[in-house]
Amino acid sequence: MIRVVLPAHLRLLAKTEGEVNLDVAGLVTQRSVLDALEARCPVLRGTLRDQVTGQRRPFVRFFACELDLSHESPDDPLPGAVASGAEPFLVIGAIAGG
Amino acid sequence: MSGVRVLVGTRKGAFVLTSDGQRKHWDIGGPHFAGWEIYHLKGSPADPNRLYASQSNAWFGQLIQRSSDGGATWEPVGNKFVYDGVPGTHQHYDGKPRPWEFKRVWHLEPSLTDPDTVYAGVEDAALFRSADAGQTWQELSGLRGHGTGPSWQPGAGGLCLHTILVDPQDPDRIYIAISAAGAFRTDDAGHTWKPINRGLVSQHIPDPNAEVGHCVHRIAMHPSRPGVLFMQKHWDVMRSDDSGDCWREVSGNLPTDFGFAMAVHSHQPETVFVVPIKSDSEHFPPDGKLRVYRSRAGGGEWEPLTQGLPQSNCYVNVLRGAMAVDSLDACGVYFGTTGGQVYASADAGDTWAPIVRDLPAVLSVEVQTLS
Repeated sequence: MIRVVLPAHLRLLAKTEGEVNLDVAGLVTQRSVLDALEARCPVLRGTLRDQVTGQRRPFVRFFACELDLSHESPDDPLPGAVASGAEPFLVIGAIAGG
Repeated sequence: MSGVRVLVGTRKGAFVLTSDGQRKHWDIGGPHFAGWEIYHLKGSPADPNRLYASQSNAWFGQLIQRSSDGGATWEPVGNKFVYDGVPGTHQHYDGKPRPWEFKRVWHLEPSLTDPDTVYAGVEDAALFRSADAGQTWQELSGLRGHGTGPSWQPGAGGLCLHTILVDPQDPDRIYIAISAAGAFRTDDAGHTWKPINRGLVSQHIPDPNAEVGHCVHRIAMHPSRPGVLFMQKHWDVMRSDDSGDCWREVSGNLPTDFGFAMAVHSHQPETVFVVPIKSDSEHFPPDGKLRVYRSRAGGGEWEPLTQGLPQSNCYVNVLRGAMAVDSLDACGVYFGTTGGQVYASADAGDTWAPIVRDLPAVLSVEVQTLS
């Protein structure tokens, strides 16, 4: 089970509290986790990744295990602790503005 | 019993202000979508309980929200805006070609007759249409494809399609405006378009009389006379009596003809309201006095309306989408400011009072007259 933590705005949109728990078949990557997240919560389509290019939106960051994984390939395996559910996959709204 | 519902989009959420026909006491609803920019929300003329809202922010992009109960509850609908075919390029600020890239929805214009049909004006400039109540969106790409698209350049606020007017007597005729490309018209429901900028003179472009490139801020019409259009341009207040084919300046005695917002009286097609703003570099009222100007002659001769508006130390702006009228008798006029005030006049502008003073910066104001 994959644990995803969303920022407040997206929790509200997705009508969820706390973590979103996902079952991901196959290799656990950014792409497979986000695909599963969007399948569970369709309202999140376009909020994390561009709907045409699939690219991460510029002010969205992905953290896990005290690492910034935002710039990793979306098809790289996520850390084993994320895949096992020991650690959450954190979606972060980057600090921007004043 | 009649009443009004004022739909206010702000930098940090949407607000729904309601009153009875007297328009003296107001209920303030919201914020809806707290923390999000609401560029625009508007109700369907065919079903006043059907509302559409554009919700966005820099982090998480664009959503479209729909209400079927007058704004009490909302549900997200489709937010996939994909340009038709290979998007091509427009001009960027540096004069270089730049691929079209969707950024946000500036304006939502519900059909006059079908609550499930709605148009969306977006940045980078394009017009989309949904016929399924916002679930899916299709570009009316004849606008970008009519020939001048590659020469369009963004205004300071982006290359935005911000104004959509559907002709109430001919729904196949639609007017749109783009900053800073100009005004355009279709007579065949969006398949083909032509620029309608003859008579506009803009000193900020190399050819002041060019076919496109004008920074049109707003166009307004009276529904009983859709061939007569009024325009607030970057500088200049303009009028057309032939559906935009030709324009003439009607700035007259305005203290400045720069501005953004504009509205036409709901019962008097020759009565027009504007809010003069000092200049393109100083986006606040001249002399710190917030004044709406009214012309009863279709432009040319203007009178300041000041009663109830701050007449000293006022340095707010009134953005292009932030003025609207109701259709009660007497006509109500409403506008919102970047300082968070929403002012209302229940006597066609003679006197004003704030409905609310301390909202986030107001981006848009729309009014529904309820029966």
